[in-house]
Amino acid sequence: MDFNLIGLIKAAVLNGTPLLFGTSGEILTQKSGNMNLGVEGLMYMGGAFGLAAAFIYGNAAGENANGAVAVLLALLAAFAAGVIGSLIFSFLTITLRANQNVTGLALTIFGTGVGQFVGELMRLKVGGNVSISNSLKDAFANPIFSEKIQSIPVVGPVLFSYNFFVYIGFAMAVAMAVILNKTRIGLQLRAVGESPATADAAGINVTRYKYIATVLGGGISAVGGMVYTMTIAGSVWSHNGLSGEGWVAVALVIFCLWKPVNALWGSVLFGALLILYLRLPLAFIPTQIYKVVPYIVTAIVLIMVSMRQRREDQPPAALGLAYFREER
Amino acid sequence: MNEKTPFIRLAKREDMPKSKVWLIRGGAFVLAILIGCLIFLISDTNPFKAYGTILMGALGKKTGFRQVIKNAVPLLGTALALAPCFRMKYWNIGAEGQITMGAVGASFFALKMYEAMPSPVLLTVMGVTSILFGAFWAIIPALFKSRWGTNETLFTLMMNYIAIGIVGWLQGGPWEGKPGSQIIPLFDEKAVLPKVGGVHIGWIIVLLLTVVMYVYMNYTKHGYEVAVLGESENTAVYAGMNVAKVTIRTAALSGGICGLVGFMLASGTNQTLYSDVAGGAGFTAITVCWLAQLNPFAMIAIAFLLAVLSKGASVLQTSLAIPSSISDILTGIILLCMLGCEFFINYRMIFRGHHEKEAA
Repeated sequence: MDFNLIGLIKAAVLNGTPLLFGTSGEILTQKSGNMNLGVEGLMYMGGAFGLAAAFIYGNAAGENANGAVAVLLALLAAFAAGVIGSLIFSFLTITLRANQNVTGLALTIFGTGVGQFVGELMRLKVGGNVSISNSLKDAFANPIFSEKIQSIPVVGPVLFSYNFFVYIGFAMAVAMAVILNKTRIGLQLRAVGESPATADAAGINVTRYKYIATVLGGGISAVGGMVYTMTIAGSVWSHNGLSGEGWVAVALVIFCLWKPVNALWGSVLFGALLILYLRLPLAFIPTQIYKVVPYIVTAIVLIMVSMRQRREDQPPAALGLAYFREER
Repeated sequence: MNEKTPFIRLAKREDMPKSKVWLIRGGAFVLAILIGCLIFLISDTNPFKAYGTILMGALGKKTGFRQVIKNAVPLLGTALALAPCFRMKYWNIGAEGQITMGAVGASFFALKMYEAMPSPVLLTVMGVTSILFGAFWAIIPALFKSRWGTNETLFTLMMNYIAIGIVGWLQGGPWEGKPGSQIIPLFDEKAVLPKVGGVHIGWIIVLLLTVVMYVYMNYTKHGYEVAVLGESENTAVYAGMNVAKVTIRTAALSGGICGLVGFMLASGTNQTLYSDVAGGAGFTAITVCWLAQLNPFAMIAIAFLLAVLSKGASVLQTSLAIPSSISDILTGIILLCMLGCEFFINYRMIFRGHHEKEAA
């Protein structure tokens, strides 16, 4: 059988990176007690606005277009789109105390609509495929380390053969883990997610923490959508191209037991599961069954967690509940 | 002293007059429409013309109107299914999967057994199977919820994608029509729901179901148990209710109706089965149900409105070259505005320094 393990690892990491962003963002959000089911919508918005930024910049700058600038602009545009989307969510659920599940789903409907709309509109304006110049594409998708380092056997391809986003995704998740677990800010944020009334009594500004975590988290999730569009989808907008990515990210949050460190390997594992049917086709396993494995595994993890009742594995206790100070 | 009180304080209220409640909701809807105008302006379209096209496209012609009804049926049916779950504060967001599984159950008989029985029997068998399949899919998370407290929101969410994957597998495997096509063949005519007034009979079924659900929720013992459990699990326990039984029964009912919706979609709307058979109705219906405040009759209006939008937007795409995803944007804006406005109905804002007024 023609099976290349290093190739699989590389592909798994690449496919896992959008998930890593999507999941880390949602972990941050859920740690504050907010369950934002709008990740799918946020990632769509991030994908469309990220591509739009690179596309507009590429057209405006023409020959002089600088890859690094394009990457930065796409990052900012995607992040901003996520911030706006999750700001709507935060305002409705934190300030106006709307139901989180319903608001999140409404945000998913809205966000996928906006993403598809922007993508299709660009396509109509250009009259064909929205695509950026090859040199800009390379800035997004090409490895950042030199050929020499990449050609080190095994270590080179496995560790040093990736694009820029893989490394910042990794750094971001590690930073998030440190902040959540080792700093005062992280402790206070977790307190807000576990028991907002207690946190409030201890003098923590619950509203501020919830807002900041949800908005930052939404921005990070949206960047995941951009990374998907610009690297895996080859910087081309395709209808429904991102569909399902956000839901896998939500599943991964549970699989990771709300810990960013687990997201590091969890995203690679889920990335592998998403492409395994291409890399390791086994005659007796239909391809579609591969695709549901992430969800089945997540459901099993969810069951195990609830059966074993280990306190450090539980979802944030106040997850999904609006906090109404006057009701204490 | 004054500086210590926050600028705005909030208090719950339940005494707002009906007229004012509807004024606020109407205001939120108008606001949503105005934001929609902005979106049209940004994309270089005259908003009046755009809204006109949506309304005319959806309601102007008979064929358009039939499509609207077709779109509204699954939304209404699923929203009705979810109402008892949400009253119980059991967050079943697995309607999409329960619809899909119901469609699978119905399709089995439509594809494999259609020769064995006459049409009315076949359709009945399909309906019953779809209810059983949908209920089965909903019972799994409910069992774990009542035994181990497994989070049902996340579990039902996962079940959606497992169901969709199963259909994907059937599509490319055991039930595939032409080898390599990845398509399940069309149902035999015997397995297609008859039409009444140009639309499959499902619309009558969901309208009947609306009345049944209203009675079930408000005038039956089951409905009462669901309401008590939703208000307080402890109260339900003290009152001697079997919490696990009520939870599982309600989830099964909900899943069963979702399954029936799946049957209508597969047999009435598509005449076949494919992985996107639910087409997001399971998710959109959650917002329909919630916005209707779990009132079955209000669901009719909201489901109809959203169906008009989605049909109208598809006309918009063909006549004005605006991507039809605009319907998702408009739907999203309306939902978000309506969700937000409930705050002003349920809470009273008290500004700093207004105590005297309050007292007087």
